[in-house]
Amino acid sequence: MEQILTQFFNVNLMIDAWPIVSRGLLMTLLLCIVVVPLGFAGGLMVALIGTVQHRWVRWPLIVYVDFFRAIPPLVLLIVIHSGLPFAGIRFSPFASVCLAFFLNNSAYYGEILRAGIESIGKGQVDAARSTGLNALQTQVYVVLPQAIRNVLPDLVSNTVEVVKLTSLASVVAFHELLYSAEMARSITYNASPIVMAAGLYLLMLWPVVRMLSRFEHRISS
Amino acid sequence: MTGFERFTDTFFNPDVLATYWPVIAKGVVVTCQLAVAVVICGIAMGMALAVVRSYKVRVVTFVIVCFADILRALPPLVLILLLYFGLPNVGFNLSGFLAVWLVLTLVLAAFTEEIVWAGILSVNKGQWQAARSTGLSFTQALIYVVLPQAIRLTVPPLTNRTIAITKNTALGTVVGVGEILNEATTAQAFSGNASPLMLGAIAYVMLFVPIVYLGRWIENRFAWKRA
Repeated sequence: MEQILTQFFNVNLMIDAWPIVSRGLLMTLLLCIVVVPLGFAGGLMVALIGTVQHRWVRWPLIVYVDFFRAIPPLVLLIVIHSGLPFAGIRFSPFASVCLAFFLNNSAYYGEILRAGIESIGKGQVDAARSTGLNALQTQVYVVLPQAIRNVLPDLVSNTVEVVKLTSLASVVAFHELLYSAEMARSITYNASPIVMAAGLYLLMLWPVVRMLSRFEHRISS
Repeated sequence: MTGFERFTDTFFNPDVLATYWPVIAKGVVVTCQLAVAVVICGIAMGMALAVVRSYKVRVVTFVIVCFADILRALPPLVLILLLYFGLPNVGFNLSGFLAVWLVLTLVLAAFTEEIVWAGILSVNKGQWQAARSTGLSFTQALIYVVLPQAIRLTVPPLTNRTIAITKNTALGTVVGVGEILNEATTAQAFSGNASPLMLGAIAYVMLFVPIVYLGRWIENRFAWKRA
């Protein structure tokens, strides 16, 4: 028992590791601030392009979405970070992560928003168009506000997944929360810094997860 | 050499591909083993937890909710590193494969529990009362009346979640599990050529595109048609 305490919950070590880990936390937050809006914007684009019925627009889009939903994000990240340099394209870890997340997230957010747009009745579009709004205005002012409200829980839950995924950035040596904690662990041979990182992730995400559960249960009952 | 030749030489080099495809194939087998083990154990455990939760024993419910919340809020990679590097210090040596299997199983169980529980809640109270009034016990009512209806509702979200978690088997590469990504990056380092990595990526796409399609089909098939 005491061994578990010293190996996993060593408070002195956690205090020592705090400067490194807190910097990692900042980088994780920064990454989230960049990656979430970028992915959401990409998803919005994907969903809006998806409303175009033309077949030469539809098929490439379906291929894009399915491809990036099928490939594990870590594989995508490693292909970008250590495959592309063979073609003379070299990205910094930060840029690699942003690009991989943009491709992956725009597919996921896109699918969610598409479901939202499809949940809006055709009458809404017809009515909006008949008041003289053009197709884009109809989507932006009439359809999307309702669509986003309908799929809000899915959007939030996907955002939680994205925040969790930022931990993958540690694999390409981007100094985010997990990377810093892992660095502190390898210096001290003690898992407490990783436990601290886990605690910080919990602190960030537990309230959101709890809220999502309540929301789900309220809908179903 | 033209640009195109140089491109194929770097990314789809026939010689390199011929040398390394057996290694990648071995990785595919490991990925599949890991994925199947995770899906079976995770879903079974999650359903069991949801059933246990429906008996509404306060302490048990509290433990299950905490378990589900924590595992849904933590990135799987954090847990994998924690188990893989932390446990040896207290005398448990866990192989990378076991660590990844354990973490992904627990994560899938947590999500399954939440989804199935939401399904159980969504079954109309009248169903419970009617079942109990015919003389079925609580457990019988749960198994024969409520769960069959609940599970139908949970199929689409459960499928999507399962696919997402199965893709996390790629995380095994970080702790040295010989799955596709690990074999591909190792082969890339040995050959100094990007072809094995491309082959690995293609293997993933070939594995998961059918599954994504299956997921989409199931989603439409079981869709809750709104009026």
